[in-house]
Amino acid sequence: MPLDSVDLAAIWLTFKLASVTTLILLLLGTPIAWWLARTTSRMKGPIGAVVALPLVLPPTVLGFYLLVAMGPNGFIGQITQSLGLGTLPFTFAGLVVGSVFYSLPFVVQPLQNAFEAIGERPLEAAATLRASPWDTFFSVVLPLARPGFITASILGFAHTVGEFGVVLMIGGNIPGQTRVVSVQIYDHVEAMEYAQAHWLAGGMLLFSFLVLLVLYGSRLKQGWRG
Amino acid sequence: MAAQTEAGPVNHSLVKLQYDAPQPLCTERGRMHPSLALRYALTLLLLPLGNALAAQVQVAVASNFTAPMREIAGRFERDTGHQARLAFGATGKFYAQIRNGAPFEVLLSADDTTPGRLEQEGAAIPGSRFTYAVGRLVLWSPTAGLVQDGPDLLRKGDFRHLAMANPKTAPYGAAALATLEHLGLDDTLRGRLVQGENIAQTHQFVASGNAQLGFIALSQVAKDGRIATGSGWVVPTDIHPAIRQEAVLLTKGQDNPAAKALLDYLAQPQIRALIQSYGYGLE
Repeated sequence: MPLDSVDLAAIWLTFKLASVTTLILLLLGTPIAWWLARTTSRMKGPIGAVVALPLVLPPTVLGFYLLVAMGPNGFIGQITQSLGLGTLPFTFAGLVVGSVFYSLPFVVQPLQNAFEAIGERPLEAAATLRASPWDTFFSVVLPLARPGFITASILGFAHTVGEFGVVLMIGGNIPGQTRVVSVQIYDHVEAMEYAQAHWLAGGMLLFSFLVLLVLYGSRLKQGWRG
Repeated sequence: MAAQTEAGPVNHSLVKLQYDAPQPLCTERGRMHPSLALRYALTLLLLPLGNALAAQVQVAVASNFTAPMREIAGRFERDTGHQARLAFGATGKFYAQIRNGAPFEVLLSADDTTPGRLEQEGAAIPGSRFTYAVGRLVLWSPTAGLVQDGPDLLRKGDFRHLAMANPKTAPYGAAALATLEHLGLDDTLRGRLVQGENIAQTHQFVASGNAQLGFIALSQVAKDGRIATGSGWVVPTDIHPAIRQEAVLLTKGQDNPAAKALLDYLAQPQIRALIQSYGYGLE
């Protein structure tokens, strides 16, 4: 086996991080996407732009601001300290917070597209049948937006697995806590352990390809409704 | 006219070109006169030809040497006319880049094994390497007065995170780990160690307050040989392996006079004194 226990720990940690992040993003991203899809507020543009920021910002910018904001003198750090949680950098929870910011548009945007594609008519029909807004959401919107949720989950998960810059800036490279696969690959390369770097890097390449294959394969079958 | 003085005394033909009938500097609308603008641009383009001896050298510099090297590069250009273009980063990363064709001509490594390895592999010129600085490790905190007795502070363990550079890839990290091993604290503190990718990031972890303490390079916090801000314990050199930092001429730079000039320059007495003032030892 060319991968040692540290490599395997990094792989496990990466999957844990991506799973937790995706779950939180689905809970957080659904109301944001719904609001963005339905609202006529003047705030739609600015909020949509903020959500999309991680698409264009270098991870170093995000990582740097997170490090400062979550540090003992930053505003997030002050809040977490007053809650008795300490500061978030160099912890798994800190990585989750960073990843939620980093992958936010990859979950919100597919959901928003899916919600917008539903249109007014199914909602009006449900309303004439006296369905409450909550009932409408769970019985009509969620089933119709299913492809959007699948796309959002896959993209959110995969994008978090591919995270590097943010983790490097706020992680502190602690085995089992913050040393994810991408950082481990970087370490192997810097330490000139090219064989191990190849195994992990090749694995990442294969994983990413398979994820996209599943995503695009299913999209084709559905006629790009996602 | 504007361009004469900048062209320097060497390129006479270019200077002569400028001695024409005087022209208005600006058109009526306040813009630079078109023909003048053209000449100005032409002069700027030809400016490098003015000093045929001046050349550029691409230098890969270990992160701990960032501050002194910026100053040295400025003096180097003033004294020799050559321009040193600096890239800062981790030595291990530079090794991978150099082995894969990076255009660096000189490497200022953080250790003495990487230059040796590059030499063996034919990427560096044999016999060109020498120790330009001996790194000093310091246990540092941005809080004044916090670090008085370093070993005692580490034993008490009254901190959440202790930052160090990655010992696998950074010589300062290896020295930090050796120091903890010497003090018998490597096991007890393992859960609180956070690692920077290089010594610059390690400093950032501590300076931002996210780690209360960290092992960094003395050069990062020293001015005139003393710790300038915060408080620190300069680790005695006999409890960790020496951080011998070697400079080496890379194969890509063997025909570049500026590359050789820079290596010579680093060994000059006034530059050695400058390096020392940043808290480095010398050999």
